[in-house]
Amino acid sequence: MSDAALKVVVVDDEAPARRRLRELLDDCAAALPLVVVGEAASGREALNLLSSTPSDLVLTDIHMPDMDGIELARHLLKLPVPPVVMFTTAYHEHAIAAFEVHAIDYLMKPVRVQRLLTALQKVPRLRPLTGAKLDRLPASARRFLSVTERSRVVLVPIEEIIYLKAELKYITIRTADREFLLEESLTKLEEEFGARFVRVHRNCLVAREAIRGFERRVTADGDAHWEVLLRDVPEALPVSRRQQFVVREIGRDTSA
Amino acid sequence: MSSIINQKPIAAALPELRNLGTILRIIIAVNLLVAVGVLLREWRWTAISSAWLETVAVVEPHLLLQLLLLYALAPQLERLPYRTGSLVILALTAAVAIALNAMLGMLSGITQPGALLRHMVFALLIAVVLLFYFYLRAKSLSPAITEARLQALQSRIRPHFLFNSINAVLSLVRTEPRRAETALEDLAELFRVLMRDNRQLAPLDDEVQLCRQYLNLEKLRLGERLRVEWHVDNMPRDALVPPLVLQPLLENAVYHGIEPSSAPGVIAINIFLRRGEVHAILRNPYQMTGSHHAGNKMALANIRERLALHFDAEASLESRVNKDTYEVHIRMPYRSTPRSEVAHE
Repeated sequence: MSDAALKVVVVDDEAPARRRLRELLDDCAAALPLVVVGEAASGREALNLLSSTPSDLVLTDIHMPDMDGIELARHLLKLPVPPVVMFTTAYHEHAIAAFEVHAIDYLMKPVRVQRLLTALQKVPRLRPLTGAKLDRLPASARRFLSVTERSRVVLVPIEEIIYLKAELKYITIRTADREFLLEESLTKLEEEFGARFVRVHRNCLVAREAIRGFERRVTADGDAHWEVLLRDVPEALPVSRRQQFVVREIGRDTSA
Repeated sequence: MSSIINQKPIAAALPELRNLGTILRIIIAVNLLVAVGVLLREWRWTAISSAWLETVAVVEPHLLLQLLLLYALAPQLERLPYRTGSLVILALTAAVAIALNAMLGMLSGITQPGALLRHMVFALLIAVVLLFYFYLRAKSLSPAITEARLQALQSRIRPHFLFNSINAVLSLVRTEPRRAETALEDLAELFRVLMRDNRQLAPLDDEVQLCRQYLNLEKLRLGERLRVEWHVDNMPRDALVPPLVLQPLLENAVYHGIEPSSAPGVIAINIFLRRGEVHAILRNPYQMTGSHHAGNKMALANIRERLALHFDAEASLESRVNKDTYEVHIRMPYRSTPRSEVAHE
């Protein structure tokens, strides 16, 4: 294993597909120095693996349970040195058209060894996909938010998030156990997860499921405002005057 | 016509006289025609009800008596050529009219001149209209017309399944050539059935065999994630069912129930005979996140249509979501011998 050997990770939820790709990679190894540093059965597993095992190339299936290939590619961008991602798929469906439009490389399963070798030879010249490019793929909503902590990617399942609060440069993600810092835009998150979260303040999205109720709070100078009471966490969040209709809307829902 | 391959002449046939659907259609049609007849004769509100009662008093006994006769004679009638069968039914109609009139005359003692003639003409007219209706219906549901739909269903197998399966077989070629051979044989068998002429009923045993081969292929890909439970010990093996009545449902079960989850899931298949009916119940885990249900609806609609084509009202397909399982229940009449006109084709 020389330093120049291309480090590859294979991700597919079907074991035979992983095995086949490994065989083909072995075939390519004669023409191009490479080493398969690991394989994973889901995007989530792949992220764990890649956090500890740096690699140059990730070959990932698109359709997978838990986390699909496109979401995996997004989270991988949080790594200190993101690998190049190439997608594999069995069928040319409408999603693939978008890949072609944005010149994102993909391989058709069954993969031909010659096609794989051509793709591998390109890798050293390729840069990782950009988030902007991935945004344009018709992906389903993410199942996780990812944050970087001590150069590892930590996944926060969307359904565990109680609220998202913008503070200066970062967004604080609050779960029942702890807080995480995320570098994204609150407006974009609201667009992506609008069904699950409701905006109670210019800087705050709250999970509808986590709302326990609302309380009228009067401050010392006689100013009154509403506050959201939450399940599992003690803090109450202020509802801004502009978003006060939320109290009536959701208050009615919970009483019904 | 000669350019169309695989075209079989449409054999006109009497409707299935013992089929609940046929019986209901006859009852509804006759009563509608009677209502129309009454409205044409009387249009004052008070007169309508008495005219209707008067007519119904004759029509309903005739209808019931004739339906009973047709039910009793169904096996013989359905064996006759279409023309002869139709003529026999018309003769039967006239005979019932004569018999009923004689009986009514005896009971009441009054014989209205012309009553028999009116009764007979009216009854024969309705019989002709109904025979024509069933002829048109059979024609519209005939194999030639539905062939396009059937073929659409046949080619409906997901390309995604085909390519993933081929990929899985390729992964076996080097290390486990024997398993690769079996898998290719299963694949060939599956496509042989998918591509053949599937317009006629086939034994349930064949369908179950096909489903097993299909699931073997899926198991090759999905490994431990796919678990299958067969409960078919009390299955009537010789029951005739529409080909591919179960396989597309299993394909949906795998696609919607097993693939979206990394945890193992169970597909349970339960086939049994109860009170002269074949029941097939399929269950698979239900995934809340399933976003692609259009394909599933299409398959269900297609199978429903084919069941109706073969069994009319005597078959049904119902689907429902229990807490975390999705269930499809098919009910079909138990038949082990093909209908006559199918047999000599």
